[in-house]
Amino acid sequence: MRIVVLVKPVPDPASGGERLGANGRLDRAAVPAVVNGNDEYALEAALKLTAAAPEGSEVTLLSMAPASAPETLRKALAMGATRGVHVTDPALAGSCAVSTAKVLAAALKQLEFDLVLAGVDTSDGLGGTVPAAVAAYLGLPFLSYAARIEPDEPAGTVRVRRISPTGYDLLEAPMPALISCTQALGEPRYPTLKGIMAARSKEIATRSLADLELDPSTVGGAVATTQVLATKVPPARGATEVVRGTPDEGATRIVEFLAQRRII
Amino acid sequence: MDLDLPTEHQLLRDTIRDFMTSEVAPVVDQHERERRFPIEIVRRIGELGWLGIPIPEDEGGAGLDTLAYAVAIEEIGRVWGSLGLIVAAHTSLGCGPLHLVGSAEQKQRYLIPMASGEVIGAYGLTEPGAGSDSGGTRTIARLEEGPNGGTWVIDGGKRFITNAGHAGTYIVTAKTGLRDDGSPEISAFIVPADTPGFSVGRLEEKLGLHASATGELVFSGARIPAANLLGERGDGFRTFLRILDGGRISIGALAVGLAQAALDASIPYARTREQFGRPIGTFQGVAFMIADMATEIEAARQLVWRAAWLKDQGRDYGLAAAQAKLFASEVSSRATNAAIQVHGGYGYVTEYPVERFFRDAKLTEIGEGTSQIQRLVIARRILGLRVV
Repeated sequence: MRIVVLVKPVPDPASGGERLGANGRLDRAAVPAVVNGNDEYALEAALKLTAAAPEGSEVTLLSMAPASAPETLRKALAMGATRGVHVTDPALAGSCAVSTAKVLAAALKQLEFDLVLAGVDTSDGLGGTVPAAVAAYLGLPFLSYAARIEPDEPAGTVRVRRISPTGYDLLEAPMPALISCTQALGEPRYPTLKGIMAARSKEIATRSLADLELDPSTVGGAVATTQVLATKVPPARGATEVVRGTPDEGATRIVEFLAQRRII
Repeated sequence: MDLDLPTEHQLLRDTIRDFMTSEVAPVVDQHERERRFPIEIVRRIGELGWLGIPIPEDEGGAGLDTLAYAVAIEEIGRVWGSLGLIVAAHTSLGCGPLHLVGSAEQKQRYLIPMASGEVIGAYGLTEPGAGSDSGGTRTIARLEEGPNGGTWVIDGGKRFITNAGHAGTYIVTAKTGLRDDGSPEISAFIVPADTPGFSVGRLEEKLGLHASATGELVFSGARIPAANLLGERGDGFRTFLRILDGGRISIGALAVGLAQAALDASIPYARTREQFGRPIGTFQGVAFMIADMATEIEAARQLVWRAAWLKDQGRDYGLAAAQAKLFASEVSSRATNAAIQVHGGYGYVTEYPVERFFRDAKLTEIGEGTSQIQRLVIARRILGLRVV
């Protein structure tokens, strides 16, 4: 099983310091970058799938990101990914979701895989459109919101349990396919110290737009299809009320609370 | 000169910080309150490779360097002093002697299971009457003739032994005779926990570090095979002096972690606690305590890292390790004391964690050589005199 996991370095959401620069783009220098949380769940799913059938298996990380990305990708390699491919080019700054998908699709054309896994969205942009767009560019089946992934290698198919508003949908598609992954797949592992040591010597290959045979004038900030016009910081959360007491007292107080606000 | 941590050390630090904050921090209070050894957490960190950080991979460890080990102990201690001490005693004192002077067979049989996290290790040096004066060891081992080199029979007792009762393998020192000059000949032995005649005695009630176990080891005709002599006969004293040099780096790192925890708690408190209509951190009386804590902690950390770095370079680090341990442990006591002062009445009650940091930090001025012993080591080196 050969799996490519799409990963994106994002500003650490735990830092609380995420902010936009003057140009409306994310200020990536403001806070340390981490691997996007949902991508770690996708990677965990990939590591479990390949561990189940280790013969000829590999997990490749694919990231389109600024030059500093390898520092962040090391953690994903320490978790157990085999190698990384890092697409970086000055012309890619300010890329919109369409550009990003176009570039990732071009990079995937140069890789061999049975599955591509991606997090359902990223904590910085929250657009959630890139996985579907990559699948569309490559003409791959797209299975979204996966809570469980069951490949059948001899049959060349994959089954996915998709979270739906009413429960689950069971989807099946031929491989290769692209799957967007939810946190229902299971908690990502902590890197072991041996994993951290091994990550030192793992390859992170760098690809430019020229390597991907993409015309710089067709991607990046200059041709972005979306633009940030203004941003607003949401108001701080109000005071928290902790309800203590017996279950009956607690339930009564919670019902009162909700009724006062006309929620029920 | 590069004062930044190498990339993989940063990754190690972030990984440990993440695990300690998410998985360990929520269970600390309960274990401390119940004085319960964290068996489940120790098992999990063993799987992650935290129980053999500076031990080579072919000896079961993670194969990282002393700097990585110091960074790890600081991060563990920053959340839980007891766990930091458990790991430090296991690694430096339990695994350390086997790595340093163990034979290939001894490493295979005892070190690999310890460094790979399956078995906890402990080190029995201190005795009721032999603390700083480790040469005053009364525990005796005598060789009984027999097949396969015979059997060592050990009688005596050890006290204040970290990980007592939870270790599967104990490294202990005992007197094996007298030298020509009349001084005791001290040797080191590997004692498996299930050795006949060996038992763990009373566990201590301590000021702090309540979730770590400290106890007595009792030897009543404990019999171990000749193959369990660790290193050469009579080399025990020299071996443990070398082990303590390395152990001091980890106790220094633990001290820095506890001090950092005190600072971490004090900063938000000083910014948000209001008296006289303004945050207490805007009063110099409080602000300067924070400034001193931050400055001293940074200096202590640099001393610890320098000692680790010298060791990793294969250079003489004995003086640096003593200096680092002395300074870091005293900074730790000062900083954790200041943190209680910053918190006022809230600092004195168990609702806030700073009183725990204060109680835990005191041990770092005592264990693996008191501050007075560190000053002796340093003064002898600086003066070149037989300071007593």
